[in-house]
Amino acid sequence: MIKRLLAVWHARNLEFLRDRPTLLFTLLLPIGVVIGMGFIFGGPPRPLFKVGVLGARGSQVALGSATPANPFLHERYVQFVPISDEAAGLNEVTHQRIDLLLDLDGTARYWVNTDSPKGYIVEKLLIAADPGARRQPVTGQAIRYVDWLFPGILAMNMMFSCLFGVGYVVLRYRKSGFLKRLHATPLTAFEFLSAQVLSRLSLIVFVTVVLYVGIGTIIHFHSAGSIALLLLLAVIGSLSMIALGLTIAARFASEEVVGGLLNLLTWPMMLLSGVWFSIDDSPRWVKWVADIFPLTQVIKAARAVMIDGAGLAGITPNLIYLAITTLVFLAFGAWSFRWRVD
Amino acid sequence: MPVSAPILEVHHLVKQYPAVAAVDGVSFAVPEGICFGLLGPNGAGKTTTIEIMEGILPPTAGEVRYRGERLGARFHEEAGILFQKTALQEFLTVRQSVALFRGLYERGLEVDEVLRLCALEKLARRDNRKLSGGQQQRLLLAIALVNDPKVLFLDEPTTGLDPQARRNFWELVESIKARRKTIILTTHYMEEAQLLCDEIAIMDGGRIIAQGPPQRLLSEHFAEVLLELPRHDFPAVARQLPLKLIDASDRVEISTHDLDGTLRTLMQAHVPLRNLRIRPANLEDLFLELTGKELRA
Repeated sequence: MIKRLLAVWHARNLEFLRDRPTLLFTLLLPIGVVIGMGFIFGGPPRPLFKVGVLGARGSQVALGSATPANPFLHERYVQFVPISDEAAGLNEVTHQRIDLLLDLDGTARYWVNTDSPKGYIVEKLLIAADPGARRQPVTGQAIRYVDWLFPGILAMNMMFSCLFGVGYVVLRYRKSGFLKRLHATPLTAFEFLSAQVLSRLSLIVFVTVVLYVGIGTIIHFHSAGSIALLLLLAVIGSLSMIALGLTIAARFASEEVVGGLLNLLTWPMMLLSGVWFSIDDSPRWVKWVADIFPLTQVIKAARAVMIDGAGLAGITPNLIYLAITTLVFLAFGAWSFRWRVD
Repeated sequence: MPVSAPILEVHHLVKQYPAVAAVDGVSFAVPEGICFGLLGPNGAGKTTTIEIMEGILPPTAGEVRYRGERLGARFHEEAGILFQKTALQEFLTVRQSVALFRGLYERGLEVDEVLRLCALEKLARRDNRKLSGGQQQRLLLAIALVNDPKVLFLDEPTTGLDPQARRNFWELVESIKARRKTIILTTHYMEEAQLLCDEIAIMDGGRIIAQGPPQRLLSEHFAEVLLELPRHDFPAVARQLPLKLIDASDRVEISTHDLDGTLRTLMQAHVPLRNLRIRPANLEDLFLELTGKELRA
């Protein structure tokens, strides 16, 4: 048994070592992941809570020029940010972009979203440090974490379906020789790729609508904006990510390479596109990298529509970016497309 | 058969790979309406040549012309192709597979007509993954015929089929020939080439080493008949006789115009003739004569 096992083990190792693209990719991917994780999560511990401070005190606190009279301002792992006016601060609280809004002019007053778990904790810290602080009523509909999370979940589902659902199919067609057979017909690469895009697009839009309606029925999430606009965003966002998947699968014939490249794209997108947590407090370069991803643009626009009630004008930059990336990815995919395994 | 204008012309075709010239200066013309066979041992350059002719592989040098024009949209509309190995889209029935390819052409036959031509009517609703080897090849032929092609490429179409399926496939090709289609055929089966081809080209080492109608090539390279004797019945001393000998693995073949005289010579040399076979030369003899008998890597 050992002899047979060793024979197969040896042959598989030879196959792996002689598949140069896969070997190179397998060696480079972990190095890239280590470097990326170091950049993203390295450095000193990050604050756990974010508190907005109103008025002049807020600016002084943020600049470090004020003598923090209130003991709450000594708390560790709490980031204090200046907020210019009360209305803007309340909007940040209801949308859970800050965990608590504080006014230190006179007797300390604060506003907290009662649906926010972090708001609950940071309120306890405030009361322990300053028992005299008074909670003020928050007007308007509070946004729950699930309301904030749901657009990201929908977009992430779209991303997986777009990238893996298209990339592996094209790879299988190429390896089996089906693409070579199609190449012998009048079909052009652009026509083939466009057909793949449209086929996957209709499926994804259908699934997304079912998820939206189904989950909406169960958890009654908050959606302030236009359904038609969300549908438009789903279509253009899906197009961009399908085209990205096709670009990856355009010329490779190895499952390992295509799978690795797709993972190389999906993991950073999941971590940096703000699906699970906001990256507003991340370094500028992280936000810049995140903005390159189509998923980030879809999530930002979806949250703007669903949470803030943004109209077409509010998400036009996102839509334009997604449309441009669709064209760029499709053009590159058609240019680099290979019908057959060389 | 009257000679018609060439439908395909191959001019000085070269396909160079880093280590080898797969095709090395091949030129020929294919008249319209004939079955043209491209024969050769493994690695001779047949498939590379046919794939360049099909327009799916770019040549390093040279060109292929269809009706006097470089291969383009017209060629792709009017060519039908059956590759050596092809996979189809999964989870489709036979009819759906044919309909898919029918949708890729401006003109062509009705799906039902193609299914009838290839005897696939009873299999129309079967999943294409559940076909036997012969049925699969008939489906691939049907797909190659959906555009009612003027020129049909068949690259080793019967390799791996059992004798019944092979003969059934030959009948289908005969019926296509009867419709005045031009067929380009590569095959390892000399019987197939002899049965179907009006003209053949034999390739070896990336070059054409013989070309013409099979009967003309046979008469050019062989005498009227071949005498076959088992090797153990052929004494070493008989090798000194004035005969044209061809060594095969287990037998000795003698090519001759003068059957009576050759038999007399053998009898005078006391060569035992009880296992003697007399047969006309065929394409396999020609193939081995031209390309040698040693195994190709």
